Amino acid sequence: MPRYVMVIDQSRCIGCMSCVVACKRENDVPPEQYRTRVVEMVRGEFPRLRTEMRSELCNHCDDPPCVHICPTGASHQEKDGTVQIDRRKCVGCKACITACPYDVRYINEEHGYADKCSFCQHRLKEGKEPACVATCVGRSRIFGDLDDPNSEVSQLLRENSWRVLKPEVGTKPHVYYINQFPRKS
Amino acid sequence: MAFSRRNFLKLAAMSAGSTLIADTPFLSTRARAEAEGGNVRYVATSCEMCFWKCGVIAKVQKNKKGEDVVVKLEGNPFHPQSNGKLCARGQAGIGQLYDEDRLKKPMIRTGERGDGQYKEVSWEEALDYTVEKLKAVVDKYGPHAVAMMSHGSPGDYFTNLLMAMGSGNIAFPSFAQCKGIRDVAWELTFGHKPGSSCERVDLKNSKVIVLFGTHLGENMHNSQNQEFAEAVGRGAKIICVDPRYSTAAAKASLWLPIKPGTDMALLLTWINLIISNGWYDKEYVEQYTVGFEELKEAVKGYTVEWCAKETELHEADIIEAAKDLGRYAPNVMIHPGRHVAWYGDDTQRSRAMAIINAILGSWGREGGIWLPPKGKLAGFNDGIPEYPIPDEDPIIKGNYPFAGGEGLTQVVRDVTITGKPYPIKAWFVCGTNLMKSLPAPELTRKAIDSLDFIVAVDLLPTDTVMMADVILPECTYLERHDGLFKIETRETGVAIRQPAIEPMGESKPAWWIGSELCKRMGHPEYAVKDSSMDDLQAWEKRMRRQAKAWGIDFDKLADEGYITIPDSEAPYITPENQPVFKTPSKKIELFSSELDEKHFDPIPKYEKVEPPPEGMYRLVYGRSPVHTFSRTINDQWLWELQKENQVWLNTKEAARLGLKDNQYVVLENQDKVVSNKVLVKVTERIRQDCVYMVHGFGQNSKRLTRAYNKGADDQQLITRYKVDPITGGTGMRVNFVTIKEA
Repeated sequence: MPRYVMVIDQSRCIGCMSCVVACKRENDVPPEQYRTRVVEMVRGEFPRLRTEMRSELCNHCDDPPCVHICPTGASHQEKDGTVQIDRRKCVGCKACITACPYDVRYINEEHGYADKCSFCQHRLKEGKEPACVATCVGRSRIFGDLDDPNSEVSQLLRENSWRVLKPEVGTKPHVYYINQFPRKS
Repeated sequence: MAFSRRNFLKLAAMSAGSTLIADTPFLSTRARAEAEGGNVRYVATSCEMCFWKCGVIAKVQKNKKGEDVVVKLEGNPFHPQSNGKLCARGQAGIGQLYDEDRLKKPMIRTGERGDGQYKEVSWEEALDYTVEKLKAVVDKYGPHAVAMMSHGSPGDYFTNLLMAMGSGNIAFPSFAQCKGIRDVAWELTFGHKPGSSCERVDLKNSKVIVLFGTHLGENMHNSQNQEFAEAVGRGAKIICVDPRYSTAAAKASLWLPIKPGTDMALLLTWINLIISNGWYDKEYVEQYTVGFEELKEAVKGYTVEWCAKETELHEADIIEAAKDLGRYAPNVMIHPGRHVAWYGDDTQRSRAMAIINAILGSWGREGGIWLPPKGKLAGFNDGIPEYPIPDEDPIIKGNYPFAGGEGLTQVVRDVTITGKPYPIKAWFVCGTNLMKSLPAPELTRKAIDSLDFIVAVDLLPTDTVMMADVILPECTYLERHDGLFKIETRETGVAIRQPAIEPMGESKPAWWIGSELCKRMGHPEYAVKDSSMDDLQAWEKRMRRQAKAWGIDFDKLADEGYITIPDSEAPYITPENQPVFKTPSKKIELFSSELDEKHFDPIPKYEKVEPPPEGMYRLVYGRSPVHTFSRTINDQWLWELQKENQVWLNTKEAARLGLKDNQYVVLENQDKVVSNKVLVKVTERIRQDCVYMVHGFGQNSKRLTRAYNKGADDQQLITRYKVDPITGGTGMRVNFVTIKEA
């Protein structure tokens, strides 16, 4: 069984928003809702500035608070490590939305269930990468199996120092960030 | 083990324990549909959300009513402009396709020009009315009194119509308002444009990339941005010269926040530094260039101390950049840029950029500017007769000796207003929103008011369309054939546009509209062969004839969307692959004999541009990655991402003016023109002497229900422009504004 992770090379993100549109269309995300976003953080004073481009999405945590808090078992962890929502079991109580430290869940108002990034589970089943990865113009998003030592994600995590978002909350995310800033050559 | 996407997908598919559908994106469209069980169609076509012409694969399914619906757009992995990826706009083509504001039926104006009152009519009626009005103009003034302005593929078909009628008054804003000026500058220097389908910049292999105002990332041309990210990821040195800390500047190792209008000072100083320190490629200069001694002499007065004062950059930074260019030459480039119509001296600035590339030896070198591909394809006109010689010489080049064949839109406008040297009384406006693309929109309006007849061919009721007497609804690129397209990247290739679904409403392909008008104007020999009112397949038949003439397997092209011309890629200079310079001297002209002959400076010189008056800011504009000018502004998927633009203002200036981030303000220019209200972005990311906004917002057409009145229109504030005496380009960064609370 694979263990799916995403590695985000922040230096390669050019903020083009292609991932955002790909995700919305692939997953029919309602208007004004998003499963992924690109955060642009600029620090410093003119002209000494530094920018971090940070794609954010569900971290598919190893220790997922959304799963722990879900009263119906709708939010659950699959064997491949991804966190998924069984829409039939979801009652729309929003407990998961409160529990998630990453603000990546929303209620699908039309149907009443909670929703979020699934790593494009339906595409994975067809042997395709998540839609955001497939169209990532900068090849900033890289997806793969951490249990395969030869996968690109395994190599990248071996060769680069990486971080996760909010490590202090102890959720053990499966989305890893490398190269927070472009290299200064 | 080398990673490949193909391997990964195989592994992923196998380990997921599912049926292996191999690597679907690398299959042809037919094979892919078959692999998925036949309830879906994939159509390989070419995007027109911008003009990069990416290869796109449209996924088409039946809805509950049994109608074909385009459900997803992906990049074509076979096509070098997309490499299997699409930008936000490319994917949002479906938003344009299903935009409920689209023009659905032909319309004839019933009220006054610009008041928005129209009646819907049949195509027969619309075409007959158009012909009646055109014939009246032709009979009274001659065919030259009909002009056409266009952007994108519809232009081809109306160019044919006008040429058949005997008018050469055809102009495209892509020349004088955008990149034509640069093309001329590089032709004067190298005898070639710096690119056709794309700029021939070897970004992915470059060691030093210099960008002058070119904001890659925000200016989102797909394959070029893929290579830019590759360069950044590889650790190439990016030097970004821009008064604004753009996305590209955020990726740069060196950001040079130059004083607007002083780029030439920096370029000439770099040339001086590179020559006087011997950092140039001596052998290359010796072998391939003429005019080096004159260049050396001409630039020697441009010192670093002077440059630092002029540009307000640090001396150390100016030197560091030049040194890096020299150290890594020839695997370096000054990117030629794209929209260069800034200050009216733009040909010379583009020349200076070309000259640096030349002395560093980067033309034809890895990491520099690759050579034009081989694999020439013969022109194909499907056996139509030669066009008649226009009854009067076209006026499209004005009095500018180096204006290009694409013509000068503002000259067409001027002649329309003045009637000199002859009256222009009818306009075709095809796929271009002239009210938003030309400077001084009040003049565009004045010209339109003086016309006997104006017809618009477009997808959406834009500001300009809503001034037309007749509106002919074109269908989108997802509903029509166009091409074949010759694609020149590192290699030569051929691409196709073909419909994913039937045209919606009564919209029609531009080729059909042009062809039917040809027939009705009495020029059936220039119409598409075997075309008729109720047949939309005639263009596909023409494309088959074209493929045959070019020796290309049409069915394979239709299935895969793109075909490579074998052995066409020869990007770098080798002993066997020598560059050809189509200049008078057959060499790279550092000293331009052609400019000299026409009494222009044969080597660029620095001239000061007019500074902002006290208390005013220079207005600078640019692009958003999710919009193409004003073309995509009403697309619901893109509108959702960016509904209005912002005006960027330096933090210190905002404090001085008492303005807070994200509050509404209005801008007023030097001619007392006041903008729409617009959100202010208070930021450290811009100099104190200028403000910046994304172009294309502030639509006045109420029929664009999402975009109407959202954000501010930069073009409205560009009431002045400075014309480049060499090419006739319209420098538009010569306007100044004040800001106050809305």
